[in-house]
Amino acid sequence: MSTIIEIKNISVHYGTTEALKDVSVVIEQGDFVGLAGPNGAGKTTLIKALLGLLPISKGEIMLFGKSREGFDDWGAIGYLPQKISTINMLFPATVDEVVMTGLLSQKKWPKKITNNDHERVNKTLQELGIDDLKKRMLSELSGGQQQKVLLARAIVSEPKILIFDEPSTALDPESRESFFQLVQKLNKQNGITVILITHDTGYIGQYANKLLYIDKTLIYFGNFSEFCTSEKMSSYFGNYEQHHICHQHSQL
Amino acid sequence: MDILHFLQYSFIQKAFFAGSFVAIICSTLGMFLVLRKMSLIGDGLSHVSFGAIALGLFLGIYPFYVAIPIVMLASVLILKISEKAKVYGDAAIGIVSAVGIAGGVILASMSRGFNTDLFGYLFGNILSISDTEVMLSAILSFTVLAVVYFFYWDLFSATFDEEYAKTTGIKTEFINMLCALLTAITVVLAVKMVGVMLVSALLIFPAVTALQLARGFRTAMIIGSFVALLSVLLGITVSFFFNIPTGAMIIMINTLFFILSFLYKKIA
Repeated sequence: MSTIIEIKNISVHYGTTEALKDVSVVIEQGDFVGLAGPNGAGKTTLIKALLGLLPISKGEIMLFGKSREGFDDWGAIGYLPQKISTINMLFPATVDEVVMTGLLSQKKWPKKITNNDHERVNKTLQELGIDDLKKRMLSELSGGQQQKVLLARAIVSEPKILIFDEPSTALDPESRESFFQLVQKLNKQNGITVILITHDTGYIGQYANKLLYIDKTLIYFGNFSEFCTSEKMSSYFGNYEQHHICHQHSQL
Repeated sequence: MDILHFLQYSFIQKAFFAGSFVAIICSTLGMFLVLRKMSLIGDGLSHVSFGAIALGLFLGIYPFYVAIPIVMLASVLILKISEKAKVYGDAAIGIVSAVGIAGGVILASMSRGFNTDLFGYLFGNILSISDTEVMLSAILSFTVLAVVYFFYWDLFSATFDEEYAKTTGIKTEFINMLCALLTAITVVLAVKMVGVMLVSALLIFPAVTALQLARGFRTAMIIGSFVALLSVLLGITVSFFFNIPTGAMIIMINTLFFILSFLYKKIA
């Protein structure tokens, strides 16, 4: 397995507040990492640091063997932000226009859209079963549909790694189920590495093979199976919570 | 007088020609500004152009030549103040805009000679546009449109979802700067047409009208340009035949289009 992401002893500060302290993680190709932790634990901060959206005050991040500062192959990383948080809903963008922005990472200036790009967008929309929404405006779709459109935008460039920030918050249980299955399919069949932030610690074990648990600093990173038997984790979480996190996983 | 005679006047031809260019760049940039909640940057920069035009008249330099660099500088200043100085964007616009007006008023009081000229710029007059100004409008409009054309997708992505745009390698700070600089040029050109007081309306109206009707970003841009163009041409025509100030008439026709589009959306 080759290493895709290497996070070495990073710390992130907001002003004088330390949001992350001394976190080190190595993510390998094909991993499906569930990123969990309490509110305000720094989950989103970690991902934003990874994506270059936040400066790090200490340590280093290596993406595909290159330091983050010198990294420019952004098409290799697909990102699905916490829904609607940053999107401008007055913007009259159609579904295909939104998905097209996912291809910009592979283009050099001046960025021109080719027939091939249209085909790639069509193919991705078909794969996700939303090609009938192509000319609809994003703002008039349901939460689940919008989520799929943003997933299409994240995967249209055929990235090697997908990063999700709480993708299931806006979804009803049924859509959540099918969304996670879709992500699992991308992970298993296409070999795409996945990092997924979630609150559903009792649920993610069904899909992820690794757990990354942080609370300002690293609490646990490794396989779910080892997590379940770790005595150190029993003393940290208590037996009940530890069991809750790994319980679902044991059904696999 | 019939419409054919009207079109033979060279000042009408010049007004139509320059007005069309300015209408299209205003609606194009206005769309991005409105969607980025930066609409009032046009208002602030038009006030700066008042001060800059006063400076030009004071020094005896052709006002546009002074206004364009100064207003571009002010647009960068607005961005920098809001980035670095813990000041919100709208407050930064307020600061720069007030300095522009204050400077203009002081210069006007120091030299009594050019007050009439300067106050002409408050409400603009496209019917008195000079050959140089027509040329300048055409060249600068082409420049603005070319930049928007070559950065269309960067502008699109950075306006739709700035954070995501960053993760696709788009330099959003640069795009913001570009947007501000293009707005500066557009504002100076539009001041001649509708005057300092009404420039921001020319940026905002076509965009908000288009946003009522459009079902996609490209169509929004096309509808916006069409509305802007029609408003300017109709505004000039109506103002000529009924002897009404041109800039104000253009804005009134824009208002009418906005109301119609809003009603159409409610009914349809």
